[in-house]
Amino acid sequence: MARSPVAVILGGAVALAVAALILGPLAAVLWHAGGAGWPSPSDWSAVRFTVWQAVLSAVLSGALAIPVARALARRRFLGRGVMILALGAPFILPVVAAIAGLLALFGRNGVLNSALAAFGLPGIEIFGLHGVLLAHVFFNLPLAVRLLLEGWRAIPAERFRLAAQLDMPPGAVFRLIEWPMLRQRMPGVLAVVFAICLSSFAVVLILGGGPAATTIELAIYQAFSFDFDLGRAATLAVLQLIMVTVAALLALRLARTDGMGAGLDRPMAIWTDRPGLRVQDAAVLILTALFIAAPMVLLVIQGLPALVQMPAVVWSAALTSLAVALASTGIAVLAGLALALPRRGLYDSIAMMTLAASPLVLGTGLFLLIRPFAFPGNHILAITAVVNAAAALPFVLRSLAPDLHATEDGFGRLADSLDLRGWARLRWLILPRLRRPLGFAAGLAAALSMGDLGVIALFPPPDTATLPLQIYRLMGAYRMEAAAAASLLLVALSFGLFAVFDRIGRHADT
Amino acid sequence: MLTLEALTLRQGDFTLHADWTLAPGARLALIGPSGAGKSTVLASIAGFLDPEAGRILWEGRDLRGTPPGKRPVAMLFQDGNLFPHLTVARNVGLGIRPDLKLTAADRDRVSAALTRVGLAGMEDRMPGSLSGGQQSRVALARVLVMDRPLLLLDEPFAALGPALRAEMLELVSALCDDTGATLVMVSHAPEDAQRITGLTCVVADGQAAPPVDTAAVFADPPQVLRDYLG
Repeated sequence: MARSPVAVILGGAVALAVAALILGPLAAVLWHAGGAGWPSPSDWSAVRFTVWQAVLSAVLSGALAIPVARALARRRFLGRGVMILALGAPFILPVVAAIAGLLALFGRNGVLNSALAAFGLPGIEIFGLHGVLLAHVFFNLPLAVRLLLEGWRAIPAERFRLAAQLDMPPGAVFRLIEWPMLRQRMPGVLAVVFAICLSSFAVVLILGGGPAATTIELAIYQAFSFDFDLGRAATLAVLQLIMVTVAALLALRLARTDGMGAGLDRPMAIWTDRPGLRVQDAAVLILTALFIAAPMVLLVIQGLPALVQMPAVVWSAALTSLAVALASTGIAVLAGLALALPRRGLYDSIAMMTLAASPLVLGTGLFLLIRPFAFPGNHILAITAVVNAAAALPFVLRSLAPDLHATEDGFGRLADSLDLRGWARLRWLILPRLRRPLGFAAGLAAALSMGDLGVIALFPPPDTATLPLQIYRLMGAYRMEAAAAASLLLVALSFGLFAVFDRIGRHADT
Repeated sequence: MLTLEALTLRQGDFTLHADWTLAPGARLALIGPSGAGKSTVLASIAGFLDPEAGRILWEGRDLRGTPPGKRPVAMLFQDGNLFPHLTVARNVGLGIRPDLKLTAADRDRVSAALTRVGLAGMEDRMPGSLSGGQQSRVALARVLVMDRPLLLLDEPFAALGPALRAEMLELVSALCDDTGATLVMVSHAPEDAQRITGLTCVVADGQAAPPVDTAAVFADPPQVLRDYLG
């Protein structure tokens, strides 16, 4: 199949730039630390906990996502579009705000424990491993559902029509039509969730901690902020990079990318139904909606009263964040497309590497690299946009790659025989077929950047702030109502950006 | 003139040999059991499979190294011959200019081709809203505007009913009359070969035999063809 040499060169250049962005700062940290020491027993225990909680988080999120995505794919009901949109919400909720919502529901003095106490039942404990898992599933179940839903959509409607015609029982539909799609997509989904949870920081900082529940990421933070022990941080960062890179390479090897065949874009067929299935789907959807919505509703109840009297700095921070998010989205989508188009496993792996890059390590490395030439705080907004774009790259690629493969598998030969190459192939074949995942990817990139509190927290600029940093400062000043209100604004902005981009992408079929 | 010169094709363990020439304007059916390599022959002529040995020549020119889109070939596949996200007019227009920068004259050619295949006024329809027969006609309209001297059909009408398939083959025949194109088509059905092709190539046992007169070969089939026909 024809791969334009321009695409390969462009993709290679972007891959090099991404690799330099990730490895450069790491090298700077290592060099500054004068070489890393051998991991201590407590480092190994952090490794074990990190892997264990990430495995559990990925398996729980992936397994629970299957019935939810399937119910969403095959049901038409009032509010379905809203629910699909809302499933993006936990992922784009700023982590600190989301945890506040979860604590309001599941925390020691939360709604659930109050209700349990009212009935004389023992309360549940949110701190420790199961609290971390709860938060990780809250964040990643909806992501897994969205990614799998893309998979269901990529199954040609003709397959389901044929199944209906053959009066296939639901079990056979699953085995013959849906399972092959899941087998193709699930390794990628698990890999993404696993990697996210490997480098999860704020969740573990708030809900974990202590010798029994410390991740590598948290250990890095402690090495930096308590001891400024760059050597130990570098050792931990190397462990982190190795683990996630290995995980990513394994997942890429496992991921199947054979095309599902070319369909003709007919609307999904309605097939013979079973009453039991309707009940099951309804229950699954209602439970999911409750799990996702309740913490956000509680956040609204807390933040809404203070919304009218927010300080002016919050509004200027919001504008700054919007600019950073849009710049970051542009970089992430263009770079992601450049990496995806040549369809090379190596480029994929390099993009996945950004998942392994701890924002803390990256930030420190960039600080060490830039400090000889300029004060990093002066360029922190540009650095934030670039680092956010790099962080979004794996999601952009995960969204684009399957449909890109399906497009090339289904239509590549026809395009080749018509001499459809280069720009024309991009314009008339690939971009129209990728419209949906492109919109989704842009939405993710924008929202992730909007809600990110990473590099900028290490080197806060004195005279300006992004909205998450401003919230962090309000929290630090114990202005909790203002912080909740600003969180609400941040949620609205993240949500709005995601909705706009995703809608552009999905416009075609609604 | 199409020449397969001491050609050996290999796909995994499977090999196929061919060594023959086809005169300009000829119409050839490749016939033989499933998996015998009929589609492999077409794929190699179209440029999707490089020969293991030997050469494929068009008008005496070796086609090796020429990408599929630059060969003197228009090809219809078993399925997926239209882009579902493009209108009928754009699908046809791709045959004139792959970048779809169409002039008014180009658009007139598209409309004329659609009229020729019986789809006048269907320019703005999407492929998904057309019947199977109409989709085949759109693909044939594109073949018409591509105006390539060699037409390869890899059973694009297999999903259509016998009457519709016959109708499409008549249309193909008429289009070849219009353009003087050489036709090579894969077929499972002997009646298709007898209907429009003067020549038949039996593909079996790792050989694509030299073309012979269709009427003669069916009057006295060789053993491999006898086995296939049952």
